[in-house]
Amino acid sequence: MKTSLYANLQKKIIIITLLVSLAPLIILGVTMYYQFSQTCRDKIEEQIRYRSGAQAEAVDLFLKERTAILGAMAASHNFHEMIEGKDLSRVFEVMNLWAGAFVDLGVIDSAGQHLAYVGPYDLKGLNYYQQPWFAEVMSKGIYISDVYMGYRQLPHFIIAVRRQEGQNSWILRATVDPDIFGGIVRSAQIGKTGDAYIINKDGVFQTNPRFEGRILAESNLDTRLFGGRTTVIEQKNTRGRELLYAGSWLKNDKWLLVISQDPREQMSGLFAARNVEILIIISGILAIILATIFTTHLTVSRLRQADLRMNELNAELIQSDKLAAIGKMAAGVAHEINNPLAVILQKTGWMEDLLFEENFQNAKNLEEYKESIKIIEEYVERARKVVHSMLGYARKMEPHLEDVDINGTINQTIDMLENYARTNNIDIQTDLDKDIPIIAGDEAQLQQVFMNLISNAIDAIGKNGLVQVKSRREGTNIAVSIRDDGPGIPQDQQKKVFDPFFTTKGTGKGTGLGLWVTYDIIKGMGGAITLKSEVGKGTTFVVNIPIVIPEKK
Amino acid sequence: MDYFRVLIVDDEKPFVDTLVNRFNKRNIDTTGVFSGEEALELMKEKLFDVVILDIKMPGGMDGIETLREIKRIQPLSEVILLTGHGSVETSIEGMKLGAFDYILKPVKLEELLVKMADAFEKKDAHDQKIRSAKIKELIRFPGRVLEQEKEEE
Repeated sequence: MKTSLYANLQKKIIIITLLVSLAPLIILGVTMYYQFSQTCRDKIEEQIRYRSGAQAEAVDLFLKERTAILGAMAASHNFHEMIEGKDLSRVFEVMNLWAGAFVDLGVIDSAGQHLAYVGPYDLKGLNYYQQPWFAEVMSKGIYISDVYMGYRQLPHFIIAVRRQEGQNSWILRATVDPDIFGGIVRSAQIGKTGDAYIINKDGVFQTNPRFEGRILAESNLDTRLFGGRTTVIEQKNTRGRELLYAGSWLKNDKWLLVISQDPREQMSGLFAARNVEILIIISGILAIILATIFTTHLTVSRLRQADLRMNELNAELIQSDKLAAIGKMAAGVAHEINNPLAVILQKTGWMEDLLFEENFQNAKNLEEYKESIKIIEEYVERARKVVHSMLGYARKMEPHLEDVDINGTINQTIDMLENYARTNNIDIQTDLDKDIPIIAGDEAQLQQVFMNLISNAIDAIGKNGLVQVKSRREGTNIAVSIRDDGPGIPQDQQKKVFDPFFTTKGTGKGTGLGLWVTYDIIKGMGGAITLKSEVGKGTTFVVNIPIVIPEKK
Repeated sequence: MDYFRVLIVDDEKPFVDTLVNRFNKRNIDTTGVFSGEEALELMKEKLFDVVILDIKMPGGMDGIETLREIKRIQPLSEVILLTGHGSVETSIEGMKLGAFDYILKPVKLEELLVKMADAFEKKDAHDQKIRSAKIKELIRFPGRVLEQEKEEE
């Protein structure tokens, strides 16, 4: 019950201490990590946004250059020059010399007829009138197509410009090498997870991405999410990984250059920092837990000791309070009993006196009367003894101080009891410390103490045994121990032995007041009396008497 | 044993009565009263050699007060204190005030007689001294002793 109380207290202290000390630590760690990762993510986002914008500019420039050279060629040659002889292949050569990346070049008249062609495919003679781009270029003058398969059945895109030559108009059309174009876009791919590609407004790949699909396939990106120049969004890819996507619209507003990146790759520094932080926090928590448990354990065990000591003190206090109260009561009761006893004794005495008168001398039952009177007197005497020892006459007297030789007092007491012991075949051995000083005390009281303890020891043994009396100086005390090899006192009775009227002796043999008076005398001297007893082995009473040096006369 | 006068003061009537009977049977001139006040009244009129006085009497004067008065009225009479109470301290106080001795109740008559005899002996010795002093006075100044005896009466 008591133990669980302490365990509970310990638990509570540990929990509260841990809560108070760990909560701020954890909150700090989490906040720091969150802030740090936010900063890190912002930085990554900034980086990817920048790269996307820069790459879009590069791609724009590429397309602008290609369109410009195509326009310049159309403007500097007339229709007839282009469709006749070797002029077209010469133009193609010049264009690839200055700009490169063109696969083929063709001239188409206003009816959509492919009149001249330079390139690896046999496209001359095809009519493009029905192709959607044809109408577009005829109306707008410049046109860059989406990637498509076309007649050649390979993904590609074209740049076309219209030349107005008097009433006549014609179109110079070039195909851009998708590998070169793709290569330019891909140069923005970095790291192990970075990707860079172009998609059109419908989300169809215009260049080969590094992962997840290929040219002309659906990208699963909603281009409506991207607005302005460059937008960064976070989205799960088809494999379920969170990726950052930075999309920049090209100048033609048809294509979106996308750079994607797994932020975790960039955040390895953050993770390292996080691991260090977690390590520090965990070791901190461990240290706090250990320290808390250790100090709490220490505190609680101190508390427990203090409680124990207090309980002992309380028990002692209760004991001495109890005895003091009983002492007061006894004094009051004594008066009430002694007065009737006095009357009984005198009345009996009076009857005895009268029996000597002549007319009684011949009475029939004279001897009976005398016998009765004698017994009444005996029992009054017995009652008187009980009351007087209850009062403990010696202790009631103001202890008068005289020089006392403890060893001498012990020896005198043993002399008085020697005969009684010998008749019961009990040996009394002494082991007295010669260096015990003469103290100021009440010899009669001390003698009563030793008398009570030694005669108790003899009575405890009964017959055949050994009583050992030992005196020692212990610091500022004199310790006298009286040991017997009698039957011992059971644990439950040990506390009661100093209570008045507690006796194990037969009726009329012991008053149960000896140890009570002894206890009172020793307390009055400022000393202490303790006992150690084990059933079957014997009992030892130890009396501690403080050394009071007598005043020099 | 010489003839002497004893006063017993105790609030316990049967105790006083019985003691008076037993002492008188032994030819001791004994009077019993039941309170301090009665004792003092009586002592103003009659001389006693030994007073047996109970220390604790409920109501009225207690033993110590009575003792003080007795010593004032008849300084030469010896007082033996009786106590049924455990407070030996009071008895010691009484002895400091001039009581001859104290006895714890209940007491056997024989014990009491011995104490009384001792007390009487002391008183008697004291009286002897006074008497011999008076005789010496008488020898030297016969007239003055007569005057003194008149005063005492």
